[in-house]
Amino acid sequence: MIEPEAGPDFVQLLDAGGNRVERTDFSCTAPDVELATDLRDMVLTRRIDSEATALQRKGELGLWPPSLGQEAAQIGSARVLRDPDVIVPSYREHGVAWCAGIDPLDLLTTFRGTGMTDWPSRPDTFHPYSFVIGAQTLHAVGMAMALQRDGLVGNDDAATNGAVVVYFGDGATSQGDVNEAFLFAASYAAPVVFFCQNNQYAISEPIELQSRIPLYRRAAGYGFPGVRVDGNDVLAVRAVTEWALDRARRGDGPVLIEAYTYRMGAHTTSDDPTKYRQNEELDAWRAKDPIARLRAYLERAGAIDQAWTDALDAEAEALAVRLREGCVRLPEPELSDFFTQAYADTPELLLAQRDAHQAYEAAFEEPR
Amino acid sequence: MYEFKLPDPGEGLTEAEIVSWKVAVGDTVAVNDVLLEIETSKSLVELPSPYAGVVAELLVAEGDLVPIGTPIIRIAEFDEPIAGDDSDSVQAVSGPVEDAPVNDGDRYFGSPEDGASASPVNDGDRYFGSPQDAGDGDAPHAPAPAPAQPSAMLVGYGAKPGAVARRARRGGGVVAVPETDQVQEAYDTDKPVSRHTDDVTPSEKLEDEASGEHLPPPGRPPTAGPGNGRPKAKPAVRRVARDLGVDLGMIAGTGPDGLITAEDVVAAASGGTQAPAGDQRLPLRGIRREMFRSMTASLAVPQATAMIEADVSGTVQLLDTLKKRREFDGLRVSPLLVFARAACLAISRIPEINAGYDADADEIVLHGAVNLGIAAATPRGLLVPNIKNAERMNLTQLAEALNAMVAVAREGRVQPYDLANGTFTITNIGVFGVDGGTPILSPGESAIMCLGTIRRKPWVVGSGEDERIEPRSVCTVSLTFDHRIVDGEMASRFLAEVAAIMSNPGLALMF
Repeated sequence: MIEPEAGPDFVQLLDAGGNRVERTDFSCTAPDVELATDLRDMVLTRRIDSEATALQRKGELGLWPPSLGQEAAQIGSARVLRDPDVIVPSYREHGVAWCAGIDPLDLLTTFRGTGMTDWPSRPDTFHPYSFVIGAQTLHAVGMAMALQRDGLVGNDDAATNGAVVVYFGDGATSQGDVNEAFLFAASYAAPVVFFCQNNQYAISEPIELQSRIPLYRRAAGYGFPGVRVDGNDVLAVRAVTEWALDRARRGDGPVLIEAYTYRMGAHTTSDDPTKYRQNEELDAWRAKDPIARLRAYLERAGAIDQAWTDALDAEAEALAVRLREGCVRLPEPELSDFFTQAYADTPELLLAQRDAHQAYEAAFEEPR
Repeated sequence: MYEFKLPDPGEGLTEAEIVSWKVAVGDTVAVNDVLLEIETSKSLVELPSPYAGVVAELLVAEGDLVPIGTPIIRIAEFDEPIAGDDSDSVQAVSGPVEDAPVNDGDRYFGSPEDGASASPVNDGDRYFGSPQDAGDGDAPHAPAPAPAQPSAMLVGYGAKPGAVARRARRGGGVVAVPETDQVQEAYDTDKPVSRHTDDVTPSEKLEDEASGEHLPPPGRPPTAGPGNGRPKAKPAVRRVARDLGVDLGMIAGTGPDGLITAEDVVAAASGGTQAPAGDQRLPLRGIRREMFRSMTASLAVPQATAMIEADVSGTVQLLDTLKKRREFDGLRVSPLLVFARAACLAISRIPEINAGYDADADEIVLHGAVNLGIAAATPRGLLVPNIKNAERMNLTQLAEALNAMVAVAREGRVQPYDLANGTFTITNIGVFGVDGGTPILSPGESAIMCLGTIRRKPWVVGSGEDERIEPRSVCTVSLTFDHRIVDGEMASRFLAEVAAIMSNPGLALMF
């Protein structure tokens, strides 16, 4: 049995103590000031997450899937994306959504049941959250093949090239969809980066029960590279994702990135992880916290100081207040909007149904 | 005055148990301070406070089982007198939403404070700027102004009260008849073929919810800790006890966690009514509560018990043979195994033994499969995991299934699936050395078979001239049955079939 977090196959550039690790194959060239922005993104993502979890516990949200502990994997991968890349998230990518410029209040509408996933602040390049496990990997491969056909891959002018990054979890790798997506992506050399956040549990099922081999090694069977990266190390995630994206944009085909991380919270707010895992395990991962190690590094490097940290804390708190107060004021949806949100060009039939519905609604007296 | 109603912390739950309050009346709480811990059939969770203020009243007690939506705590605003009961002022918190920070993507790229040591790199052409980067910094998506009627309903509370009532149709006016009404007329039914969207039916309570003991209970010390035998009391109370000459060991404390209070000591000294010392109160939780409930439910069924004393020497010999065979290597082979097989065979002749009553249809259901439950004393308490389709298994398969089940039960890893849908149960109290008993039914099942211990006893064998007494292995088997489904004849025949196979396992060839 190979230690999962050791050896040359485990890409780590910042260890749990916040010390940089030199490697010949991957390196992070981002300056410290840019890493400081990553820290800010990670701290704010964590605050969004904890506030949303609290809102669920107060009955204001129906459900929330916490991202606690997975911030480095999400921020590190999202921050190396650029136009015309496309992002296809699962349902836990709150940090990716943040980097894509999505208002966290928009995220809440989905979990409060007041909105479709068509969030007002969503850019075209960010696909709605997918709740069907693994299904989005197939969509992503299709989008990547579309980029090929649009002539946005393998051009001499690298700036015009794009790729698709699709997020999924370790549990999804047990789905047929994901394996089909791997196969198609390999066959068509589709410009797609399969970004698997291995957070160790498919709800309660530990990864050891799902895979006889480390997940990144599955890629070899399909004929494309697989890399295991320390998912709690934002530097390593940046470096590996950047490499994979460049490769995909060039036209060299897909890459599987296994970001080895840990879901420190519950699967969702309906789940009680104390039923299937030990506190010692959680403590061991807490010692590898992605935020703590980056903060330690930046402090030692002199890139941030106490004033900076205090300001960030204040900003996070203000963000939490904004979510808390905004959540309860999210407007109730209009049923008639439902008819026009599925198609870019709404078919006649749906429009007729909407009109019939509105006429039907109008046939009633105002509620007393 | 704010009132916090119990939310649904899972999905579709109907009730939760109040485990412990983390605040008391008079405490000051901030938003998101933990108020209490509750346990649902899914999980143990802490509930944070939606309000800041002073705790005015706790409306439910620890240990209460409370329906979702029940008001559980009142929190007064800081300048509000606690005595007042102004519960209709609950309203959403409002505030200047527009001024608060928004996610504007890279616009904040860099430090939150300009000029801090990590000065922002504003490369404006970077990807993922805010969709409204070009704007003046206003919120890209400020939430719409608060709706005129602030939502009084929380998402996690199920049906909106009052929303079920239909609005009256307006008089006059030509309105196209909706398709659903046409369908309804076509089928000539009074029942709606579709429902108005806010015509919500509250979901029913789910049976067979996953339940079970937690792994290490987070942050909850066991109530009866590693007892040093010393009664729990504060030093001042010990002093009072010494002065009054009262033995603390003779007092049952009435304080939290059985803590002895000064009042308890004074009451004891004055010869007041003393609770018997050493009483221990066990909360009905988890499996213990499940046992309590299911056994109480069982008493609703008219049940009777029949018994037989069987010579199982033939089985004991068979077991010796089986243990030497390679197929059973590494498997524990016990009389229970042969009993289980014998029961399955006998059930094939008397299917009412493996049956249930479907109250909705008012019918008896004779089950096709025997999901054979084995009552097991596990570290978590009494559990009855069952072997699915036991009747299809030969002796080897049954032995493997039994061994696997025992291992799982012993480790306390029995899954809800293993506990659900049992059709017949065997309880083996013989392992505790007793001769027999009259078990009571597992709810939903028509019979339960109870095995006593196997003893060497004098047994009359042969007949006429040949009649003599021999030492034999003897076991008392009893069967408790639902007398609405199984009559005395069926029960007796079942026991006789089982006893015959146990006495002479070769008879199994006849099935």
